[in-house]
Amino acid sequence: MPQATSTHLTTAPNIDAPDDFYEALIEAHQGLSTEESHAFNARLVLVLANHIGSLSVLREAFAAATRR
Amino acid sequence: MQLNELARRKGEAVDYQKLVFDYARHPDQDAAAPARRPVVVVGAGPVGLALAIDLAQREIPVVLLDNDHRLSTGSRAICFAKRTLEIFDRLGCGDRMVDKGVSWNVGRVFFKNEEIYSFDLLPETGHARPAFINLQQYYVEGFLAERACGLPLIDLRWKNKVAGVVQHADHVVLTIETPDGPYRLEADHVAACDGSRSSMRALLGLESKGRQFKDRFLIADVKMKLDRPAERWFWFDPEFHRNQSVLLHMQPDNVWRIDFQLGWDADPEEEKKPEKIIPRVKALLGEDAQFDLEWASVYTFSCLRMDRFRHGRVFFAGDSAHGVSPFGARGANSGVQDAENLAWKLAAVLQRQAPDALLDSYGHEREYAADENILNSTRATDFITPKSEISRLFRDAVLELAKSHAFARTLVNSGRLSVPATLRTSALNTPDSDVFEGGMVPGAVASDAPVIRADGKPGWLLQEAGGCAFTAVVFGDGETADRAARAAAEAGAAAGAPVATVRIPIDEAHALAARRYDARTGTVYLLRPDQHVCGRWRQPDTGTVRAALHRALCRA
Repeated sequence: MPQATSTHLTTAPNIDAPDDFYEALIEAHQGLSTEESHAFNARLVLVLANHIGSLSVLREAFAAATRR
Repeated sequence: MQLNELARRKGEAVDYQKLVFDYARHPDQDAAAPARRPVVVVGAGPVGLALAIDLAQREIPVVLLDNDHRLSTGSRAICFAKRTLEIFDRLGCGDRMVDKGVSWNVGRVFFKNEEIYSFDLLPETGHARPAFINLQQYYVEGFLAERACGLPLIDLRWKNKVAGVVQHADHVVLTIETPDGPYRLEADHVAACDGSRSSMRALLGLESKGRQFKDRFLIADVKMKLDRPAERWFWFDPEFHRNQSVLLHMQPDNVWRIDFQLGWDADPEEEKKPEKIIPRVKALLGEDAQFDLEWASVYTFSCLRMDRFRHGRVFFAGDSAHGVSPFGARGANSGVQDAENLAWKLAAVLQRQAPDALLDSYGHEREYAADENILNSTRATDFITPKSEISRLFRDAVLELAKSHAFARTLVNSGRLSVPATLRTSALNTPDSDVFEGGMVPGAVASDAPVIRADGKPGWLLQEAGGCAFTAVVFGDGETADRAARAAAEAGAAAGAPVATVRIPIDEAHALAARRYDARTGTVYLLRPDQHVCGRWRQPDTGTVRAALHRALCRA
């Protein structure tokens, strides 16, 4: 498991308040149609990807998100 | 008409599309044995003409064959990039192109009916040429032809169609069909600049392979008075043409190029009809818009290339060697850059300055450039015409975010517009041994900058370094710089490859040049005859520059 550095993806627990985050995520989709939710998610991925910035970290994230 | 009549008509408003050139019987057609020529160029389009002019300027006689007897019909390639204009400057016709062309640097991108951002392709001043001019291909070919007729070493033969090619160890034999019947011609080297449906490629049993895009586009050239700035306007999914893209460009003579994406299911024959085109144009311009339809075409495109651009003594350049989508203006521009890369190498080999191996580097360098162009072109096409639901979802997400977030604008891809390839991995480069900052790495095209010429008048660095030879750009004055300049000149003499010298003082008038080249007193940049940097040093001696010349000429 890679260490949490700027050059590697962290998959160790890192979210401040996991339950609060999860609630906020679902909340953000409230009132959206499925189509709108997909569009929201796509925008969210792009916003977060920009925050991460590093292409190698993003590639690790793609790998981590791939279902095995 | 004869080609040399073009020179007499310079300054007149010539309709280049209507010119018909006369076939003339050449004495070679009556020769008992085939005549031998150093270089035969097949195809008198922009690439073949540029190559022929470049070779003639280097004292190499050229036979230029064209299967037709006209210049381009229809505006076709219209966007000519800064690097191409710099090459045209070297070929003696840059002013002619820029004076007639519409110069532009700014592009605007719209999503639905809202402008989401604009970009400036040349945000800094201090370059002789703009990022782009728009100019109909028939003008470009007309001005090149006009230049060619001032060069007696160019022997342009209209209605000469290559019908057979046989390669031998030390020459090529071409069989050429003419209105008077066939004849044979021998050449040391042949350049196939005969376009995407290259008959040279077919005659040699070769292929250009890649990916075809399942989409159709309509080009309409419309003549009208329209009060808009000279900018590139690109719409994603506009209300006047839903779910597709539209591109608008200004051309000279009040002609506007409109490019409508139609989708794969569109019927190309139907879409070419004026009654189909006019409503599309009116949807964009307004119901009462007054315009004349000049030219229209429905096209599909592929991104493809030949595995190798050199086959024995035959060299493929331009669309015969590679094809790209039109987004990015990388077709004609990369073809002219192919021609420039090939011209000095053929001349060096024919003039016995370099071994045949130098010609292999043409293939290596331009295949690398073609890959870069194809990559950029494919990515733009995938953004413009998303091929799946999820691809469309992300595309629209990017466009939506781009309205208010700067980061998303970097992801919007309406075509990454043509810039020359930096040949970082070329074997002709001498790797840096001194430390330099900035972009002028070995393999890069030399950057332009304002200079004061020897006669005291303002000029441009690339135009001063625009001779046929290698050029040493030497920075600074005084003993240190003089020694560096002497080293470069002596290296040229020792290597039997003349080196021209351009001196750039380190002063306020040349601050931009010094900054762009990260130069100090004594800094030397060695430019190849095609103005690519092939070596740079802080204070080189003769041996260092001589070794770099040997390397750039592929001498073992």
